[in-house]
Amino acid sequence: MADATTKKKGAKTDVLKQYGVSPELALDMMRDMLLYRRFEEKAEEGYAIGKIGGFCHLHIGQEGACVGSIKPLRPDDYVMSAYREHTQAIAKGVTPNAVMAELYGKADGASGGKGGSMHIFDAEVRFMGGHGIVGGQVPLATGIAWKIKYRKEDSVVIVYMGDAAVNQGGFHEALNMAAIWDLPAIYVVENNEYGMGTAFSRVSKTDMTTKALPYGIPCSTVDGQDVLATYAHFRGLAEEVRGGGGPRFVNLQTYRFRGHSMSDPVSGTYRPTKEVEQKKAEHDPIVTLREQLFAAGHLDQDGLEVMDQEARKIAQDAADFAENSPPPDASQLYAHVWAEINANGRLFFDGRGEH
Amino acid sequence: MAVITYREALNQALHEEMARDPDVFLMGEEVAQYDGAYKVSKGLLAEYGDMRVVDSPISELGFTGLCVGASMAGLRPVVEFMTFNFAFLAIDQVINSAAKMYYMSEGQFPMPIVFRGPTGGALQLSAQHSQACETYYSHAPGCKVVTPATPADAKGLLKASIRDNDPVAFMEGELLYNLKGEVPEDDDYVIPLGVADLKNEGGDVSIVTHGKMVHVALQAASKLEKDGIYADVLDLRTIRPLDMDAILTTVRKTNRVVYLEEGWPYAGTGAQIVSMIQEEAFDDLDAPILRVTQADVPMPYAKNLELLAKPSAERVIEACKKVLYR
Ligand SMILES: Cc1ncc(C[n+]2csc(CCOP(=O)(O)OP(=O)(O)O)c2C)c(N)n1
Ligand SMILES: [Mg+2]
Repeated sequence: MADATTKKKGAKTDVLKQYGVSPELALDMMRDMLLYRRFEEKAEEGYAIGKIGGFCHLHIGQEGACVGSIKPLRPDDYVMSAYREHTQAIAKGVTPNAVMAELYGKADGASGGKGGSMHIFDAEVRFMGGHGIVGGQVPLATGIAWKIKYRKEDSVVIVYMGDAAVNQGGFHEALNMAAIWDLPAIYVVENNEYGMGTAFSRVSKTDMTTKALPYGIPCSTVDGQDVLATYAHFRGLAEEVRGGGGPRFVNLQTYRFRGHSMSDPVSGTYRPTKEVEQKKAEHDPIVTLREQLFAAGHLDQDGLEVMDQEARKIAQDAADFAENSPPPDASQLYAHVWAEINANGRLFFDGRGEH
Repeated sequence: MAVITYREALNQALHEEMARDPDVFLMGEEVAQYDGAYKVSKGLLAEYGDMRVVDSPISELGFTGLCVGASMAGLRPVVEFMTFNFAFLAIDQVINSAAKMYYMSEGQFPMPIVFRGPTGGALQLSAQHSQACETYYSHAPGCKVVTPATPADAKGLLKASIRDNDPVAFMEGELLYNLKGEVPEDDDYVIPLGVADLKNEGGDVSIVTHGKMVHVALQAASKLEKDGIYADVLDLRTIRPLDMDAILTTVRKTNRVVYLEEGWPYAGTGAQIVSMIQEEAFDDLDAPILRVTQADVPMPYAKNLELLAKPSAERVIEACKKVLYR
């Protein structure tokens, strides 16, 4: 977190009122964002010491986008995402312990250690994963929206994707279907301006806001580094969609403060170090909310310290929990390949005779 | 001969073939400005410019189709898949368009095109990012499949693949990119497709394999020697065309065969080869042929489960002893 103050001189207005957010709720969002930052830093640490393997994509810098968009949802709403999903899972109700244990590949992980960083699932809280193929989740979420309509429920589904995913054919096919069938889905591009080492402007002639227009889906843009604005925006959208308003598309502007994954550089030829430093100094969602809360007198430095200590403790506890959780039992290798072992015929062909 | 990495060998092959033929171009995600996700295309952009080394959007179906069309119209594209896991989005254009075009058009459209990238698992990349994809491609008539295991093979076979007039799925190994080995510097070092390579000579048992698993087989062979068992390790190098003569030669020599592959067993490459051996050399066999494959499950993330799922030298040794009745 940068110390740079973004407080506007003489700004005495309480922005909370402007967004219809209570001080309690705003403080809660602060707590969440701090937790997600500290959690991801713990994951970073875990990766560095070899406790976490494979690909690990951190959400640091994108906490406002996460909290602001998930907070307005109800427990029966669905959330689906790509592989940068650790904190979205927590926001939807997966415990930090279960997420960290999954990153560690342990039995108590949300997916029993079988999925890892990119494949966190929790059916109970309707967190629908954790998907590794860019754009693959977009049609899947459309199917969840189909189910909601089919059963005449009034929940909604939010599906996240990166900016690079809008160039996949499946994205366009899915949005078209959601539009013609009026499905209750909110398609959210977490627009952090880059897909790995490629700036969005290099792979799209048109602006993000145009991507859903050909299908007749209303599009809006919101600053994900401003959690209050994001919250207010999504609160409204969820109600529109829940009321049968059909799908929505959101250009959720954000920025990642780390490299694409743990094995990629933070900056380099694809984005200058200066750009990253400037974003961190001026567009850190935690700093933005801090200044808003300080200005309105809802929080002071001491209060913030207490919150941060709590966040650090939850993250540390999650790491300890993950460390102490056992690895999955060897018998789990063959568990859950099939939901039904048929009475007749063979399902496994490796001849190992262990199942 | 110079000692270089598998990555550098591929890079040299691309360099040389692009210099040799102006119709050869490379397209894929992050291949130009980022030098490739695995740095295989390092330096090519500076040398050949942005019409020949092209960063694509993340649109696998689209850019693969574009390249297939460019091939139809006379260019010689090299498509890089960041990994073959992502090529599932594009396999329609590989199988339905590239592999069938020459036949459907009664030979009017030869389709010189290479689809390349890493296949198979690496370390803890989990189910969607760890799968050996060879058999999806070798299944289809019209598509050749190449799986180099060493730097020299990588170079010689990539050059042959680019010069070939048919679609070639050229499947590398992520864990092989840093592997070092001697590679001839000759600009015309081309290894013809369809020629297997005996990577170790023994006489007691034949381990037949391809791609990254060659190294697991060699490990097994060297451990077996300590027990006085000497294994032939036959690296197919290309799965289609398949060097059946080399397979029959080793079978007739040892009379005992283990097929090792990284992928799943059902309709795997080994299944095809076992079937052909029993058709053509049934009387030469002294034991049923065994296969060592990945466990018949999607790849799990947890380290301990991943280790259990992958084929290992230990499993190969066990299979070799079994066919030797030891
Ligand atoms: C179909 C497919 N192609 C390529 C990849 C490799 N890959 C993983 S993430 C990524 C970049 C995606 O960027 P973006 O959608 O902007 O999401 P971000 O990582 O910025 O959150 C790429 C190319 C993949 N996982 N799936
Ligand atoms: Mg992005």
